[in-house]
Amino acid sequence: MSNVEVENDAQHHAQHHAQSGTGERRLQAHFDRTISHNQRIEPRDWMPEGYRKTLIRQIAQHAHSEIIGMQPEGEWITRAPSLRRKAILFAKVQDEAGHGLYLYSAAETLGADRADLTERLIEGRQKYSSIFNYPTLNFADVGVIGWFVDGAAICNQVPLCRSSYGPYARAMVRICKEESFHQRQGYELLMTMMRGTEAQRQMVQDAVDRWWWPSLMMFGPPDSESSHTVQSMAWRIKLHTNDELRQRFVDMTVPQAEKLGVVLPDPQLRWNNERGHHDFSTPDWSELKRVIDGDGPCNAQRMARRRAAHEEGAWVREAAGAYAAKQAAHEAGKKRQEGPAG
Amino acid sequence: MTRDRRKWPLYEVFIRGKRGLNHVHVGSLHAADDRMALTHARDLYTRRNEGVSIWVVRSDAITASTPDEKDPFFAPSGDKVYRHPTFYDIPEDVPHI
Ligand SMILES: [Fe+2]
Ligand SMILES: [Fe+2]
Repeated sequence: MSNVEVENDAQHHAQHHAQSGTGERRLQAHFDRTISHNQRIEPRDWMPEGYRKTLIRQIAQHAHSEIIGMQPEGEWITRAPSLRRKAILFAKVQDEAGHGLYLYSAAETLGADRADLTERLIEGRQKYSSIFNYPTLNFADVGVIGWFVDGAAICNQVPLCRSSYGPYARAMVRICKEESFHQRQGYELLMTMMRGTEAQRQMVQDAVDRWWWPSLMMFGPPDSESSHTVQSMAWRIKLHTNDELRQRFVDMTVPQAEKLGVVLPDPQLRWNNERGHHDFSTPDWSELKRVIDGDGPCNAQRMARRRAAHEEGAWVREAAGAYAAKQAAHEAGKKRQEGPAG
Repeated sequence: MTRDRRKWPLYEVFIRGKRGLNHVHVGSLHAADDRMALTHARDLYTRRNEGVSIWVVRSDAITASTPDEKDPFFAPSGDKVYRHPTFYDIPEDVPHI
């Protein structure tokens, strides 16, 4: 039972030990040693408040992104061109819900409250990935999201499987296994369209043109403007910088685009033999800032949908709670009638 | 607005991946009662045949040891090297031991 995660105990434990200053220092040293030896921090271990707070924010933001991320593609489930594509898209969107729940579960091991996290999202006090504030205009977008957005998610998440916080790393392992299906179904969808009519090929190219830059922005602002990177890397809850991950994504995607027969919309994009990487243009960071600040094409729509889903589900949660209470009362009544056991 | 949900307790989920293996902890979820916890666990943690059996248990029903590796709780096994087979020197030429 060593990895059972019970919330709040960690805080009690910490308070108990931190009463004396030397106790606190000893705990900090133990924590630092665990991280530097590349071992995992587990929920009931002592950890600095900053580590706990930063992780809760990071994991919650990640969870919210998975949940909001269901919307752009979910819109196309009823309009999928075949039963096969519909079943695949259904499974994909359901996986994203699952990813959100794995991550909320990990956040709870740090003492966060799930209902509170939902509230923070709905009230706009916590953010989610900028990419989901762009619209899906036709079914080619579903393919390009799988290829680019899930591809970018893989670049981000694979290193996090080794993050210092155990429950987060384990959630990432589970998620990464599922992301591979997401990326491949998207690419296969696009290959199918590219074998179709000229109009279909144009749809794919159009979707690529619209999603390329927002996908590069998914990795966050450039390292020169990224404020939390140093501390987060020391804590091993971030393992590569935004620019490193962005570069990795570009290098990974270029040959895939060639095989597919589409053009990535960047005239500066070319292989640099000296660096051993592709050079590419600088994304429009002012656009990223606008979208993060709430002024993207779909921010209001995504938030309204999430809020409505939560409010429309209230009666279900109430009914389930009432049913559980009634069953529990019924069981208690039966036990009383049977009298004391033995 | 969310008060109703706060009453749904937290459950820990354990899955037996296949016959012959132990149940292993995979994560947690909220549910109104035990049965809902079980169906939610199925939907959340076994979408790709990851399990043949599921346990759910309310998190508040679990008693756990403290995590510190220097905790005296694990001391009783720390100094009993004679519980391990490598403690015993047996001549090389004794077979099958
Ligand atoms: Fe995901
Ligand atoms: Fe995904």
